[in-house]
Order: sequence, then structure tokens, then C-alpha cells
Amino acid sequence: MADLKNAPVPDAETLVDIYRRMIRIERNDDAIRKTVRLGRLTMPYYSARGQEVIPSTISALLNKEDQICTIYRGIHDMVAKDMPLRPLWAEIAGRIDGTCKGKGGPMHLTHPESGVMVTTGVVGSSMPIANGLAWAAKLDGSKRVAIAYFGDGASNIGAFHESLNLASLWKLPVIFVCQNNGFAEHTRYENATSVDFISKRAAGYAMPGFTVDGNDPVAMYAAAHTAIARARDGEGPTLLECKTFRFFGHVLGDDDFYMTKEEKAAAMADDPLPKFRAKLIADGHATEDRLAKMQADIEAEIADAQEFGLNSPFPSADELRRDIFAEEIPA
Amino acid sequence: MSEMVKMNGLQAINAAMFEAMEADPKVLVLGEDIADREGGGVTGTMRGLSTKFGDHRVCTTPISEQAIIGAAIGVAINGYKPVAEIMLMNFTTVAMDMIFNHAAKLRFMSGGQTSVPLTIRTLTGAGWQTAGQHADHLEGWFAHAAGIKVVCPSNPADYKGLLLSCIQDPDPCLFVETGGTLFVPGEVAVDQGPIPLGKARIVQEGTDVTIISYSTMMLRCQAALAGLAEAGISAELIDLRTISPWDKQAVLDSAAKTGRVVIVHEAVRNFGPGAEIAATINEELYGQLKGPVRRLGGPYSPVPFSKPLEDAFLVTPEQIVEAVKGLMG
Ligand SMILES: Cc1ncc(C[n+]2csc(CCOP(=O)(O)OP(=O)(O)O)c2C)c(N)n1
Repeated sequence: MADLKNAPVPDAETLVDIYRRMIRIERNDDAIRKTVRLGRLTMPYYSARGQEVIPSTISALLNKEDQICTIYRGIHDMVAKDMPLRPLWAEIAGRIDGTCKGKGGPMHLTHPESGVMVTTGVVGSSMPIANGLAWAAKLDGSKRVAIAYFGDGASNIGAFHESLNLASLWKLPVIFVCQNNGFAEHTRYENATSVDFISKRAAGYAMPGFTVDGNDPVAMYAAAHTAIARARDGEGPTLLECKTFRFFGHVLGDDDFYMTKEEKAAAMADDPLPKFRAKLIADGHATEDRLAKMQADIEAEIADAQEFGLNSPFPSADELRRDIFAEEIPA
Repeated sequence: MSEMVKMNGLQAINAAMFEAMEADPKVLVLGEDIADREGGGVTGTMRGLSTKFGDHRVCTTPISEQAIIGAAIGVAINGYKPVAEIMLMNFTTVAMDMIFNHAAKLRFMSGGQTSVPLTIRTLTGAGWQTAGQHADHLEGWFAHAAGIKVVCPSNPADYKGLLLSCIQDPDPCLFVETGGTLFVPGEVAVDQGPIPLGKARIVQEGTDVTIISYSTMMLRCQAALAGLAEAGISAELIDLRTISPWDKQAVLDSAAKTGRVVIVHEAVRNFGPGAEIAATINEELYGQLKGPVRRLGGPYSPVPFSKPLEDAFLVTPEQIVEAVKGLMG
């Protein structure tokens, strides 16, 4: 079975690309949170602040046509996959120019052009569908891979186990990426999970499973590169357990009573973003100026997208009769 | 008259749980996030139970709906009375095999040897912009399954009394809580006991038209009453409370009296509970009606995210008034 000993190390430009995705996620998340707090966006928001490294590193290794299936806490996965921000903002604002005409909203964005195929609000449901995305890649004879993103809690749903078994049996080009932030809503990992590491569950399905520091881009790169290469080479699925933390609770407004103040403070002090930024500069991979310019460009992109989204018209009530089937439902 | 206290649906459910668990050591609770360590459930309805009755009777589970209902069935067959929480009604779909193929049918399939005194509590309703996978009213699905009772309260007293009845019932019950009704305070008798399942409540008597509803739409029907009175229409309003088995007698008596019926629910209109009720009224009262039975319900669409679309998805008090006026001719 695969191991990570000889996994490649990201070069300077890849590291900067990972950082670009991370800062785009973080700035966008910050703008969404502020807009929700101002009451200009009315939606349940599941911030992934703190989990940026995982999809950023994976997306740096993906091609545009590679596909993902993600979850309600998944806007970071979409932004990492280079989803354009204008239709993203219009969607979370429920407007007609949104990726889904405002019908899906923040828990259900779909944007096939970016490879964002399904976003589910049902825990555990990303994995079975990602298998199908991978199956299509195999049937097409393409080198495309599929990513299933999900949380630690989702590994306790039957669908997780069925999906890993099927993917292994059919040698599907799929990577199961568990973003283990230690909590499922208010329940601590250890109070709901039978194993100390979710990656151990891979053994039951005869596939490699790795637990990695999901806040460390280099460690993430090694694991993701290995898993993606296996998938592209027809060797089948891999389970990646990426350890991380979510800064803003389960849903915005959550007061985090279920964790200690110290625990939360320690996790937030370990913020992967400033750490990685400082390291890029210290290692000579990027200059302060370059990163500042990058950030300014991203902030401008977000401001434009926000403006666009919040000014797009709402869908008309006729939209309730469209997209149910290919043919419109008669009034 | 017993003393009344003001409380909302959450408090009423909490009170019912405390009473039921105190009265009967066989009553158990299981579900996601329900122990006090996790906040006593996402809406706090289970608050205090794990502290008072212990972790062996009040069990926070992994996110494993199938395993939750399966365990509840198995323990129920052995004489316990589990109250299982499925956080939202849409997540019952993950446990549908357990609910539909097993909980509902085991008494019949075993020739009456086993029974499943299980209560499944769940929550739903549109209006919170939670979109297509968190807000559906699926009571019609469950009402179509012989062997499980379906209960849809609309006010705090009913939340308490009907939950007590579900827990005591020898058969599986689905107890549907709604975001639109849970937070609304109401008067509850301090000694509010069980309210029989399958019995509707006449909320207001009237002679011109019968309006039948339940859950959140009850509140919208109540909001429509003033407009109807203003138009000089005497409306009889019935809160069905139990969808399966439903109170045919109360409905038919009222429909025979008024000759006009409007049924209002949040569930999608097509194949919704209103269709069954309307068909029964037509069968039983053919020739006595002054007009066709009208149904108001959700459009044939998933619950949309966008606020104006979501507003358009829900029946309004104005639409109820209009529908009644249309029947008055
Ligand atoms: C089948 C199902 N059950 C319950 C829920 C309610 N719910 C939404 S998120 C969540 C916690 C999920 O935790 P985890 O998988 O660890 O992901 P995280 O939210 O921490 O990213 C729960 C219980 C749901 N959406 N779907």
C-alpha cells in the first residue's frame, strides 16, 4: 500500500498558489460573515474559517475538469476550486444571477464549469455521489478524479461505509477527504466515534488511509499528491483524514459552549494563514510586496462580487415552476 | 379549571419529557446532540434530561440516523419506550428503511407478537431560508405507511399533551415539530395530561365554511379568521392535530354542517394529506356540498432558498381568505 515517505514536496510557485487560494477563501469568508452580521445576507452560514489549507492544497493539485462533491460547510472548497465569486455571491444572496438562480443557496451551490458538481446539506451524502463522478471519469476513459469532502461526523453514517467499499471494489478514481475539525455540531469527536483516527477505517475497505495535519500545506501536499496520483493512475481510492479546526462554531451565531475557552483560544492562535504567510516570506518563496498585491487584488475581486451579488435581481415566482423538470410546469 | 401557565412549544415538550421519564423508567431518549454536554438538543428541548436521568437513559448518538432508529426499534421490542430524535424531518430519509419497512410493520408482520412503542420526534418547516434539504413537510409519506401514527401539533398545550400520548402509545408515532409553532407562547394547564391521538380540535365554530389545517399553517388560518369575519363569513376552524389516523368524524360532521371545505397545509399540495381528506369528504358527502373541496398547499417544487421564492412557496392568510371567498360564490 501507498505510503507518504517518498511523496513529492511542493515547489515555491505551488506554495504561493496554495496561499493564494487560502487568502481568497479567508477574505471571502470574512466578507460573508460581515455581510451576514449586517443583515444584508439572510442565510444560515457554516463558516470554514481555519480549514483553508485542506481544499487549497488539494485544488492546487487538481485540474479544472476534476470534480468535487462538497457539503454545507463547503464554500471554501468551491473558492479553492476557483469558482468565480460573482455568481457565488449572487447565489448566497438568493438572486437570479447566482450559480443556481438563487434556488439552492449557500448550502447547495453547483457550478459544473468549476467542477463543483453537487453540494449537499445532508451529512454523509457527498461520498456516494462522488463515487458516481469518479465512475463517469473511468467510463469516459479520462484521467479526471473526483473529491468527496465531508466532516468527521459524516464518517459515522452508513453511506460512508458503503461508499468506501464500493469505491475500493470498483477501483474508482475518488479521494475521500475528511475535514476533521474535532466537532460535529456540538458533539466532540471522541463522544461519537469508535476509532481514534478516522483513517483507520480505510483498512476495513482495503484502501490506504492517512491522517495528516490539515493546517500544514506541506504535509497536506504530500498526502493529496499521493492520493490524486493513485486515482489518476487507476489504483483506486484513498481516504485522507485532515485534522483542522473551525473558528466560528458550527453555524454563525453558535456560542461554542461545548468547548473550553482555552481550547478554542489555542486552536485560533494556531491560525494556519498568518503562519504560512510568514513562512513563505522567511523561506524566500514570496516577497511581502507580492503577497500584499495578491491580497489587494483578491479584495477587489471580492468587493466587486459582493456588489454584483447584492444588486442582482431576485428570481420571480415563476422560477418555482422551472427546473423541476426539463420542461416548465404549467402555471 | 386548573391553573394555566404560559410557555412555548419547546418548554412544553421539555415538560412532557420530564414527566414521562419520571413516571416510567422504561422511557429512554436518544439522538444527536441531546445530552446537556451538547446543549440538550439543537433547540434545547431535551435540556436537563441527561443531568437528571443519566447517560444510560439519555444518549447522545453519532450522526447515524439508521442506527438511531434501528436501536430504538430493538430496544422497543424489548419493552422500553424510546423517544428518538431525528434532528430534521429531511434526515428521516436516511432512516427510511428502519421507519417504513420495520418500525411501522413489525407488529403486523409478526402476527402481533412484537410491537414497537417508539416515538420519533422531528422538526421541520420552511421560512428560515434553509432551502431544499432542511424544510420539507413529509407527513404525507408517513401517513401512507400503515402502522405508524403521525402527529402534527400547532400549540404548546398540544405539544405537551400529544407527546405524552405518543410516548404511552403501544405503537410507533412520528411527532412533527415545526419552527413556525415551537416558539409561539400559549397557555398550558399545569396538570396538562395526555391528549388522545386521532382527535381533532375545533378551534372556532362557524356555519359557512370549514377550514382544516395543522402545524404552522394553523397559525396562518387563525390569522385569516379576522378577514373572514370582516367579510361576514362564519368560519369553522379545525386543527387536525393527528394526520394519521385522522379524525374523520369531526371533519365530516363539520363539512356536513357548512357544506364548504378548505384544507390548508404546508406540505406540497400534490398527493398531500389534503388530497386524502378531500377525497373522503367527496365520497361521504357527495351531493351535500355547496362547492368543491379546496386545497391550499406548497407548490410542486422543492423548498427554494431565495427569500421571495420561499415566501411564494408558503400559503398566506390572504390566500386562505381568497379561497374561502371563492367558495362562497
Ligand atoms: C443526515 C443528517 N443528519 C443530521 C444533520 C444535521 N447536521 C448538520 S451538520 C452536522 C454535523 C456534521 O459534523 P461533521 O460531519 O463533523 O462536519 P462539520 O460540520 O464539523 O464540518 C449535523 C449533525 C444533517 N445535515 N444530515
